[in-house]
Amino acid sequence: MPKTLFQKVWEAHAVRKLSSGHTQLLVDTHLLHEVTSPQAFGMLRDLNLKVAMPHRTFATVDHIIPTNPGACEPFADPLAQAMMDAIRKNCQDNGIVFFDRATGKQGVIHIIAPEQGITQPGMTIACGDSHTSTHGAFGAISFGIGTTQIRDILATQTMAISPLKVRRVEVNGKLGRGVYAKDVILHIIRTLGVNGGTGYAYEFAGEVLDNMSMEERMTVCNMSIEGGARVGYVNPDETTFAYLKDRPYAPKGAAWDEAVARWKACASDPGCAYDDVVKIDAADIAPTVTWGINPAEGISINENIPDPATAATAEEKAEIEEALAYMKFTPGAPIKGTKIDVAFLGSCTNGRLTDFQEVARHIKGKKVAPGIRALAVPGSQGVAAICRELGLDQVFKDAGFEWRDAGCSMCLAMNPDKLVGDQVSASSSNRNFKGRQGSPTGRTILMSPLMVAAAAIAGHVADAREVFPEANN
Amino acid sequence: MSLAKITQVTGRAVHVPGNDIDTDRIIPARFMKCVSFDGLGQYLFYDVRHTPDDKLTGHPIDKPGHKGATIMLSGANFGCGSSREHAPQAIHKAGFRAIIAENFAEIFFGNSTTLGIPCVNAKHEDIARVAAAIEANPQLEVTVDVERLEVRFGDQKIPVTMRESAREGLVAGRWDAIGELLEAREATAALAAKFPHMAAS
Repeated sequence: MPKTLFQKVWEAHAVRKLSSGHTQLLVDTHLLHEVTSPQAFGMLRDLNLKVAMPHRTFATVDHIIPTNPGACEPFADPLAQAMMDAIRKNCQDNGIVFFDRATGKQGVIHIIAPEQGITQPGMTIACGDSHTSTHGAFGAISFGIGTTQIRDILATQTMAISPLKVRRVEVNGKLGRGVYAKDVILHIIRTLGVNGGTGYAYEFAGEVLDNMSMEERMTVCNMSIEGGARVGYVNPDETTFAYLKDRPYAPKGAAWDEAVARWKACASDPGCAYDDVVKIDAADIAPTVTWGINPAEGISINENIPDPATAATAEEKAEIEEALAYMKFTPGAPIKGTKIDVAFLGSCTNGRLTDFQEVARHIKGKKVAPGIRALAVPGSQGVAAICRELGLDQVFKDAGFEWRDAGCSMCLAMNPDKLVGDQVSASSSNRNFKGRQGSPTGRTILMSPLMVAAAAIAGHVADAREVFPEANN
Repeated sequence: MSLAKITQVTGRAVHVPGNDIDTDRIIPARFMKCVSFDGLGQYLFYDVRHTPDDKLTGHPIDKPGHKGATIMLSGANFGCGSSREHAPQAIHKAGFRAIIAENFAEIFFGNSTTLGIPCVNAKHEDIARVAAAIEANPQLEVTVDVERLEVRFGDQKIPVTMRESAREGLVAGRWDAIGELLEAREATAALAAKFPHMAAS
């Protein structure tokens, strides 16, 4: 019987069925960061348990890391330093590879694991971070977990979990000029709803996904969870294999050929049954920006901010009112022209080399508008190093961006990079929740990296196709 | 590992209205700068409970009549966003032992179940009925019956649903899976041996 990739990978990794009915699932790759793991190591010590497979466990520091260039330890924030010390010691004590800053390989966990070739097709991957769905871009089943489940995987390399249904989300046709992977996923979330994916794994497919680079596929899969889908994936293909070839942790020699054969076999079979299929026409996707307080509250750059007066239901009306009260936006006004204070380029959604290359290509010779704070935060030391080699850091600095060190930075502002008061941020990150970017009243507008750059230069939310008339996809 | 059988939770309830209450709202990221979950209860819903100059805003959980409530009611997609277990930990440490909502985000639901917090789904209009009853009488005793999948309050009751594997784990006292997971060490090693990338090199 033809099967989906999800079914094949799940079945291959099922150790057994537990008495509750959950599956005991083998986790091939366990990724750790400093925020959600220290308590898990504490629980392990309390239970007198050891790490079962340290060689399948990889760690880095990303959330709390200051990104001001050359920040030294001890960090100014003693709580951040305590978390840094904890993960370093936990990794050392348990024989876990730790991509510390001194290795030159540190960065956002969802950027460095693919960079290092740790993320591979057909794997199960778990991490105490909801954006673990990113790794699905490689045809892995990867998902976020809580800290108690981190304990479970540390102790057993398995966890208790129930299978998901599979929805194929097919994006057909060709994307228009100035429309990016970020717009594709914001459009999908807007269309299917912020919780439309609850209980599902999203299989992203269609001509648009087929033509995407791995970086673009990662952007799409990264935000699966913002639409409620814990898992998002793309079937592995030649693009996937070409990306992985010769990466440090990728198989070499005969093992590579064997691996590619195995990876090909894990893709969804032609004619397999899906629990649901949704088809989206690429021509309907415009540069998309959010206007509200969850990632499904998005509109195209040329649409107006919703008016609660025209809401279809009382519930929808209340939601629009709540969002607009927080965002302090005028109902029915164009989103274009909304004044911004901060432009943030980075995060596990859009902090990859291609994101910086694409923006750099357009901002040469242009300047960030007066009074706008613009941050460019590479997702990893690896990304930063290549940007330096290519001179891209200088392009950003010349344009008036702060060029920062690698980390999660203002995506969730657990480090010193925060909005102040009710500042408005044009952000390439993944969440526009109330208070997300570090100020309880801060406001976030999600968009693609090039739209962030356009907003930085214009000083307000702008159509990148107009700010950069030469823009092409 | 022997765990309590969580068949029902009885206590006073509080309604935290709204859909899509995300885990950043449940526990803002700055309070996650800690290496232990202790003390997180005080930061539950912090930024919506406090004004920028740190005065209480009158959030439902701060209303005098709701102090000591152990059951929380909310809307759709409760716990969406980040996978932070800090969210259900903060809820638990603030004294809550069960949540009733229209539905829950996937990761939050799993995290809560693992901590022994039943998360039951109820219809929008049924939640409104319970909310109205506790609004009228905050002292009203509410029971979330995990075994019978119903919520009782006063002389009324509403049906609720829950994923069977989670319900079974709670009522059988197997909501924390670690004991059972550890039993399968050999089977796990045997399965791992089938994958070349799982070999310790």
